[in-house]
Amino acid sequence: MAAIIQVKNLFKSYWRNNLEIPVLHDLTLEVEEGEFLALMGPSGSGKTTLLNLIAGIDRPTRGEVNVVGTDIAKLGESALAKWRSSNVGFVFQFYNLIPVLTAFENVELPLLLTKLSKAERKKHVETALSIVGLGDRMSHYPKQLSGGQEQRVAIARAIVTDPSLLVADEPTGDLDRKSAEEILILMDRLNKEFKKTIVMVTHDPHAAQKASRQLHLEKGDLV
Amino acid sequence: MKVLKLIFKNALRHKLRTTLTIVGIAIAVIAFGLLRTVVTIWDSSVDATMANRLITRQSVSFIFPLPYSYKEKIESVPGVSKVTFQNWFGGTYIDKNNFFARLAVDPATMFDVYPEFILSKDELNNFKKQRNACVIGEDIAKQYKIKLGDIMTLDGDIFPGRWDFVVRGIYKGKNKNTDKTQMFFQWDYVNERMKTEMPGRENEVGWYVVQVANPNKSAEISNQIDALFKNSTAETKTETERAFAQGFVSASGAIISAMNVMSFVIIGIIMLVLANTMIMSARERTREYAVFKTLGFSRLHLTGLIFGESMLISCLGGGIGLFLTFPIVAGFEQAMPKGFFPFFFIEPITVVLAVTATILVGVISAIFPIHKALNTKIVDGFRYVG
Ligand SMILES: Nc1ncnc2c1ncn2[C@@H]1O[C@H](COP(=O)(O)OP(=O)(O)O)[C@@H](O)[C@H]1O
Ligand SMILES: [Mg+2]
Repeated sequence: MAAIIQVKNLFKSYWRNNLEIPVLHDLTLEVEEGEFLALMGPSGSGKTTLLNLIAGIDRPTRGEVNVVGTDIAKLGESALAKWRSSNVGFVFQFYNLIPVLTAFENVELPLLLTKLSKAERKKHVETALSIVGLGDRMSHYPKQLSGGQEQRVAIARAIVTDPSLLVADEPTGDLDRKSAEEILILMDRLNKEFKKTIVMVTHDPHAAQKASRQLHLEKGDLV
Repeated sequence: MKVLKLIFKNALRHKLRTTLTIVGIAIAVIAFGLLRTVVTIWDSSVDATMANRLITRQSVSFIFPLPYSYKEKIESVPGVSKVTFQNWFGGTYIDKNNFFARLAVDPATMFDVYPEFILSKDELNNFKKQRNACVIGEDIAKQYKIKLGDIMTLDGDIFPGRWDFVVRGIYKGKNKNTDKTQMFFQWDYVNERMKTEMPGRENEVGWYVVQVANPNKSAEISNQIDALFKNSTAETKTETERAFAQGFVSASGAIISAMNVMSFVIIGIIMLVLANTMIMSARERTREYAVFKTLGFSRLHLTGLIFGESMLISCLGGGIGLFLTFPIVAGFEQAMPKGFFPFFFIEPITVVLAVTATILVGVISAIFPIHKALNTKIVDGFRYVG
């Protein structure tokens, strides 16, 4: 199987008060297509930073980040934005839905950047929402949904453009056990049934068990 | 289409805040319109003065009279083509709220020096023939439903007594801003009654209006006239009608200047109000902008979203304000003593200024939030805690 993610000698630091704070130290990592990877580690170890670099919403200080056949560190801002919209689906801890838009409209957002017609968009949105089991909640606003349901809408938004890579940053971190379980089952299904490569950050060992591989990050190093 | 919908939904997110901002902008635009209207009226009444007219008044104040005997002396100054004179009559017509200029004038010269008051030959002759005839502006005729031959009774104060005048002429205005709210009657008639009723107050003239052949010589001629009466008991001050008009209501002049400044201060204030609303909204949406960027939305999209909302609010407020300015200015005119302003209308330039200001407020208020949204990195946007 081919590697969908190749990270080589990745170094990332942030600047705070003229002080360079290294977060990731020469990290090297490969993820195969179709893998479900769980990134674990204590708070502040750099999990989110690594995920953001892989997903192309942050830039490395040094090193190579090759994702879905593109060296994304070399892309300009708008090329990177374009690349993200067609290759990566994002799931966040706090769902990050737009509160003034309905479930349908939230899921439709990424499709507004495509050339799809209104009818085609509708079909895609309905499919995505039915995959996450919310076909009957399309006209609900985020505040009319439970946390678990909101996260499922967010997942529908992440898969509606059919990207090959899904990144999830503590997707169950803000949910009760039962809702968390439903989300994990859904992620597992997306991996097995829909062949999505998934990189999921979590510090819940139970959640990590759903993944096919687990990696531990400690103070910016893989252990 | 979708972006437009989102702009609307964003604007309605904090209904109270948005409503207050819109109301604030509307009130400011109304205040702006009202102030500008007063200012432009003032400016155009000064503009209505003629460059070839000088006013000779008593040097201390125009409320002190000049002797009638000055007329011939002024006429003798080279460059003077005609001299007429007037008295401010004051008095009350029916009730105190009916405020319009009533002047005792010289029928022989008045309409030659004031060609902007258009009176037919017949009416002018009738005015000259009858001692207690009067001529009124067509606005006065319309307002009080007066026709030729009617009697207008004034209750005198500066010139005490009951004064009955027969309307023998109704003048029209040559220009849009010609004052059509004045009343003229014969100086001779008033003077005769003063002679018998208040001896000692006869042969008094409020001021002389001097027509000059060449307006470029105004300053020179003014000096020559004033020199004639130097060291007399009634020294004079001669100035152009424009300068006189500005000085006539000098206190108002200062107020007008203040209004002028205020009207633009108001625009500055609404700019701050809307900018504040937009900055608050944009800050609350820091995470959402990060989401939009993550999903691949461009700088242009975000700019459109913020700019659109700012414009929506400012145009709604400005539109409502402008729409209400017309009835409010009309109401304001009603509330003023009748004829206080000789003419009262919203100049097109006021509308243009209000619209420009509204657009400018929308644009400027959007600049800071747009700058902020575009320059916040995605990862920092997600880390932002509101
Ligand atoms: N955008 C940023 N600016 C400055 N420092 C950051 C930023 N993102 C992360 N950090 C710092 O980098 C370290 C790792 O953060 P993060 O990747 O969020 O860890 P984790 O997700 O494992 O909890 C932390 O010390 C954090 O404060
Ligand atoms: Mg994290």
